[in-house]
Amino acid sequence: MLSIKVRLFALYRERLKTSELTLMVRAGSTVRDFVDQLAQEHPNIGPLLEHTAIAVNEVYAENSQILTKGDELALLPPVSGGSI
Amino acid sequence: MKEPYIQITDQVLDPEEITRKVREPDKGSVITFLGTARNETDGRPVLFLEYEAYEGMVINTITTISFDLQKAWGPLDMAFSHRTGRVNVGEISMVVAIATPHRKEGFTASWAAVDQIKLTVPIWKKEVYEDGSSWVGCDNEHLNPIADSVHLEKSPY
Repeated sequence: MLSIKVRLFALYRERLKTSELTLMVRAGSTVRDFVDQLAQEHPNIGPLLEHTAIAVNEVYAENSQILTKGDELALLPPVSGGSI
Repeated sequence: MKEPYIQITDQVLDPEEITRKVREPDKGSVITFLGTARNETDGRPVLFLEYEAYEGMVINTITTISFDLQKAWGPLDMAFSHRTGRVNVGEISMVVAIATPHRKEGFTASWAAVDQIKLTVPIWKKEVYEDGSSWVGCDNEHLNPIADSVHLEKSPY
């Protein structure tokens, strides 16, 4: 099992009332697996997760990326910075 | 490739200080963009804004934008500053300064830079109204910062 930290911002931080969480995931888990597990353990953010990008170690990551020990994830809701 | 100057601060921004970071004798065009806090969104009055940033990733994404602009447009200096925490209506939330030898590249690169910043840089804005607040963009349709990325080598419009 791997212990993986995820940073939370904006609406996630407010909904979960913390700026970071740690999840235990199976070795070989992907970003997608992590997100699915997070949604199961925290149903109140499930709907948000559909429109959220994921970063691994401060870089945008694809769902298929495999997680390794020490990875820091972040949930990134859309950053829409104003209308055009 | 020149690395951009990047500042994230909860203090009042100074556009002159940020602009000075990119001014060089070989750059004839200096374009400074100010993002300021507006007093309404879709007709709803805004009292103030709050910004939150994922600092380490801001550095990565701004650097990527700067490098991609240099690949597309040649010599280019970029400086970026964003405020976090509370920003009152009318105050400056973001400064982006871009210097190039000539204005053609400068105008196009500045345009593309600001659009790409607003798509990919992990800084979130909360609008506070009299009767509530909302994190802008959090109820967006699926917006993919990788797939929807701006083509930095051409004018976005």
